[in-house]
Amino acid sequence: MRSEVDGGTRGVSTDEAAAEAVGPTTSAAGHGPYFGDFGGRFVPEALIEALDELETEWAKAQADPEFAAELAHLHRSYTGRPSIITEVPRFARHCGGARVILKREDLNHTGSHKINNVLGQALLTKRLGKKRVIAETGAGQHGVATATAAALFDLECVIYMGEEDTERQALNVARMRLLGAEVVPVSTGSRTLKDAINEALRDWVTNVETTNYVFGTVGGPHPFPAMVRDLQRIIGVEARAQVLELTGRLPDVVAACVGGGSNAIGIFHAFLDDPQVRLVGLEAGGDGVDTGRHAATITGGAPGVLHGARSFLLQDDDGQTIESHSISAGLDYPGVGPEHAWLASIGRAEYRPITDAEAMEAFRLLSRTEGIIPAIESSHALAGAMKLGRELTVEGQEPPIILVNLSGRGDKDVETAARWFSLLDEGAS
Amino acid sequence: MNGSVTVTDTPSGDLHAPSRTAERLRAVRREGRPALVGYLPVGFPDVDGAVAAARTMVDAGVDVIELGLPYSDPVMDGAVIQRAVEHALRGGVRVRDTFATVEAVASTGVPVLVMTYWNPVVRYGIAPFARDLAAAGGAGLITADLIPDEAGDWLTASDEHALDRVFLVAPSSTPERLALTAQATRGFVYAASTMGVTGTRATVGAHAERLVADTRRAGAEHVCVGLGVSTRDQAAEVGAYADGVIVGSAFVRALAEADDQQAGLHALHRVVEDLAEGVREVRR
Repeated sequence: MRSEVDGGTRGVSTDEAAAEAVGPTTSAAGHGPYFGDFGGRFVPEALIEALDELETEWAKAQADPEFAAELAHLHRSYTGRPSIITEVPRFARHCGGARVILKREDLNHTGSHKINNVLGQALLTKRLGKKRVIAETGAGQHGVATATAAALFDLECVIYMGEEDTERQALNVARMRLLGAEVVPVSTGSRTLKDAINEALRDWVTNVETTNYVFGTVGGPHPFPAMVRDLQRIIGVEARAQVLELTGRLPDVVAACVGGGSNAIGIFHAFLDDPQVRLVGLEAGGDGVDTGRHAATITGGAPGVLHGARSFLLQDDDGQTIESHSISAGLDYPGVGPEHAWLASIGRAEYRPITDAEAMEAFRLLSRTEGIIPAIESSHALAGAMKLGRELTVEGQEPPIILVNLSGRGDKDVETAARWFSLLDEGAS
Repeated sequence: MNGSVTVTDTPSGDLHAPSRTAERLRAVRREGRPALVGYLPVGFPDVDGAVAAARTMVDAGVDVIELGLPYSDPVMDGAVIQRAVEHALRGGVRVRDTFATVEAVASTGVPVLVMTYWNPVVRYGIAPFARDLAAAGGAGLITADLIPDEAGDWLTASDEHALDRVFLVAPSSTPERLALTAQATRGFVYAASTMGVTGTRATVGAHAERLVADTRRAGAEHVCVGLGVSTRDQAAEVGAYADGVIVGSAFVRALAEADDQQAGLHALHRVVEDLAEGVREVRR
């Protein structure tokens, strides 16, 4: 299947890319339930039938040309795929002279890569004959995307969101309600994303007969990590062909931010069998990994079981989940998808922390140099590109090419940025 | 990472060890009634208070004790138990307190099972956890988010230390999964009466009776029913077809709603006694 894009001179056909995106994946990739020592289904027995059903139906959908065509049509006429790539030379001056190319998932309908996943899962919900969807959300991006798909497909939609996040992201709560979703603030535990997932799982255990859980990232029990990856891998499939077309060669580095890890897996996957391409995941380093206030799960966590999968997580000596910290609500999660844990363990991908301050500097720079306001999540990947560019550039040699997944746009982050950079006049908050 | 229990020798494995919980269920069955299994979280309202509460439950007629190991992300628990567990964790309860609590309660002679989510056991180490639980006199584990398919290391460790392993079945379980679970289980199979989480409910799920029958047919010697049982009448109703009735939230609530610890123990005693009479009303 690689032959479709190997020539490097072909433009991307959305239909082809979509067909590949939902087709069988490369031999380098695990299909689950396990990715090496990671993954699995650590859930109550009550959910097993639903997970089996989801796995079976997903396999059928992947083999069904009609499903691929329907999804490709949505990509083209609703999301706006293929998303473009943009080379950013003025920003690249801050990256040691490397060439920096952005994959513009920020231009998708609803403003991030999340829509790729939810449209696929909404189609799947229809195939399952279910009329109600639930989802968890942290920053609100996945919640907004799910509410959007629910509106489009006329599904009842309930979004669980930590009470603290509903306060931090009040506008996204309003967006979801405008779209017809019910937003349930979760007041237990740390009142953030992990508790929203707990509550969504409780809802699912109770209502599984009528309800599909639209999981937002490449975590959770099998088949979610493999299924969400298959729905997000269109990012890398498109980007690989686009970079080949633009530059005549593969990038040296692919950089993406990692919270749960869906945008990163999405762009990494098409490059797994290209050993010369370095895959770098940028984790949320918060105040710095050594301060303990961070969300860098692979860098600063340990293997364990959370939310249905064995992976890395932030935990104490007793195995209690530790609260994560990041300026970016979308990366503020103490777990990570099992395939990332596996890619880290075999050395195929590397994971590095980016502090809040480094991410915000990249946020400012891209806005000022290129007129693109990135999501704070994606700004972690941009900050990674700044570091990697400086490390890799060698005087007198062809500059390295860094492909960055710009997974989302920064509209939702303007208030946070305004506070960070003290941009608001006094009294006007 | 050892608990407070001193472990001198690792006990040698006994693959044919009898199940302490199953023995108790058989003894209760000879009395012509189902068992009452009572749940409380370790460390609620504090470590000593939980020991006193569990002993109160034994005095008031509980046949098997289920001690919940407090965990930060209890996805199978409803609001009552979630809040009790949060309270325990805020109070600083540690995994090692579970072993100490097991030891203090097991000395009453009642089988003590620990209900746990899987990560604390993984973090402690599955084999060391089994060793220390056995050394504390624990009967075994009830695993809320561990299915037999993922339980290879635990099957080995529980065999080695002659511990019971209670897995769950649900109304959604297929016949194949009922058979798999019945085969992997030692002690009893925990049948979730309804699709949902722990908590008190007005009615016990209508599927429960059929699930118990199906699970027996799949090979389980003992099947106990939990989720939603909180009254004497429900206990009698469920006890008519199950080997045991598992009650948690109703007991936790009795403790949680009391003004002080003495009042809590008093209220708990009353609720347990009521339910214990419920299972003794069952005519077989």
